[in-house]
Amino acid sequence: MTMNNQDQSTFTGNKALQIEEALSFEIGGFDRTGVDFPPAEDRPNRLGGLGRDSEIGLPGLSEPETMRHFVRLSQKNYAIDMGPFPLGSCTMKHNPRLNEKIARLPGFADLHPLAPQACAQGALELIDTLAHWLQELTGMPAVAMSPKAGAHGELCGMMAIKAAIVARGEGDKRTRVLAPESAHGTNPATAVQCGFTVEEIPGDATGRVDLAALKEKLGEDVAAIMVTNPNTCGLFERDIRAIADAVHDAGGYFYCDGANFNAIAGKVKPGDLGVDAMHINLHKTFSTPHGGGGPGAGPTVLAAALADFAPVPYVVHRDGEYHLIETESANSFGRLTAFHGQMGMFTRALAYMMSHGKDGVAQAAEDAVLNANYVLARLKAEITPAFDGYCMHEALFDDRFLKDTGVETIDFAKAMIDEGYHPMTMYFPLVVHGAMLIEPTESESKRELDLFCDALLSLAKRAKAGEAETFKAAPVYAPRRRLDETAAARKPVLRWTPAANAAR
Amino acid sequence: MTVMYTKDHEWVRADGDLYVIGISAHAAEQLGDVVFVELPETGKTFAKGDDMAVVESVKAASDVYAPISGEIMEVNSAVVDEPGKINEDAMGAAWFVKIKPSNASEIDALMDEAAYKDFAENS
Repeated sequence: MTMNNQDQSTFTGNKALQIEEALSFEIGGFDRTGVDFPPAEDRPNRLGGLGRDSEIGLPGLSEPETMRHFVRLSQKNYAIDMGPFPLGSCTMKHNPRLNEKIARLPGFADLHPLAPQACAQGALELIDTLAHWLQELTGMPAVAMSPKAGAHGELCGMMAIKAAIVARGEGDKRTRVLAPESAHGTNPATAVQCGFTVEEIPGDATGRVDLAALKEKLGEDVAAIMVTNPNTCGLFERDIRAIADAVHDAGGYFYCDGANFNAIAGKVKPGDLGVDAMHINLHKTFSTPHGGGGPGAGPTVLAAALADFAPVPYVVHRDGEYHLIETESANSFGRLTAFHGQMGMFTRALAYMMSHGKDGVAQAAEDAVLNANYVLARLKAEITPAFDGYCMHEALFDDRFLKDTGVETIDFAKAMIDEGYHPMTMYFPLVVHGAMLIEPTESESKRELDLFCDALLSLAKRAKAGEAETFKAAPVYAPRRRLDETAAARKPVLRWTPAANAAR
Repeated sequence: MTVMYTKDHEWVRADGDLYVIGISAHAAEQLGDVVFVELPETGKTFAKGDDMAVVESVKAASDVYAPISGEIMEVNSAVVDEPGKINEDAMGAAWFVKIKPSNASEIDALMDEAAYKDFAENS
């Protein structure tokens, strides 16, 4: 067994409840199995020479060993159920257990996607009700429920825009998409995937879209603009109406990246801002688990101008029954997924919405903004905010406070691990040097926020007091010390083999 | 030999009829350890300002833009095989591509060494 940074002070390498856990391949023998099967009967082989000719190479562990292995691995994971998860742009809010209870009701959990519609009326009603809530919250007339993540929702919106442009006979003419330089990387990726070329819109000194620069780039060859609001600097795009009007006047569409909708849900309807398409990350805004804890879901709302091009399937309520419509209309751009979307996330998101109510959804947005501003206000004495003024749901800092300390953003983040925190988002957005993006969400109490802020303030003071060496060595209390990210990226070992393991 | 720079931290210098392009030592230092580089194929043409290559470090992925318009005549495969060269010798051995300019006067609009140094320090 090889272990980097292994602690030699105990025989096992364990430190009380912090168990040193090897890979299952290293624990289990290949000649063992935890389950006894009777020998296979002598049956004729119908595989026509395609049968396996060597061992499958799976490690054999007993049932308790298997159970312990995965439980021990799970205990090495940081989770929102263990402490604040301040990853900006990711919205790691608490996942209420009520959502889980509802999602596990057998009528939802055990339903097969091919069940006859007459047997799935409740599930179809749920999809329809959720769709209605999303339309109401965004002020948009149509919604495609099937996209399975934020980026998938972007793809849905941009495919609808592409279809609309082609239908106008401008498919060859409108080939450019504009996106701010602070955009999520998925925005340009989506546009390129849809066959567009992407151009960056510069930001202004306040961290927002430079309206004049945007207007200069607009023209008859622009298909769409993709803007996140609030943007990735955690700031509300105050010129959003003027941006929408300018794009519309130039004949383009306005795609809004709804990743940060959690900051304005129940407060602002994107439809009122002139948005033509926007995805909603149910897993961020409406508390369904994500980040290793579950799949995402990215329903995409569409304005009247794009509604005709929406993908199938969708649910309609007619004559007292819910119908799943899977036949494409003339203009629909088609189908995005095999089935109907992330049903488990729909259930959880609707449970969150219904337990909070209209006023509760709005208060969640208000509290998320309040918490982020509390963090900003408490930290700004020691840690430099990237921009002046209030923020929305996340507070963005840069690395000016670390100037001449010898400590970099990454060292600061690693030191946070020793304090028991998952680091915030680092080096994103790219427009800010050494960025640190903190999103506390509405989930955190004042006590949690104060402890978090006190820990960060203490780290900032230590960095400025010349403790660079300590920071460079961090983390020291984690199960592993700092990993060699460069070697991991340059010489990745992607598959376990006895030889690769021995070479570690 | 005169090296000219862009605001996006690419450098260009003449090499016979061609121009050699790379990213500046300042950019390499800011990026940190470079772990991946994607270069264009020879024969491809770019207009000034087009996305031409991608550089990925442990911190971030960044686009590299064509500082001048032209056709790619040669690419430095050594830098693809060993991206770490960019951190060692960004201005020399770790050049990216050689381009045949379609409008060589474009280079006059770029910054010289002193102007770039000033720009990099103040941005």
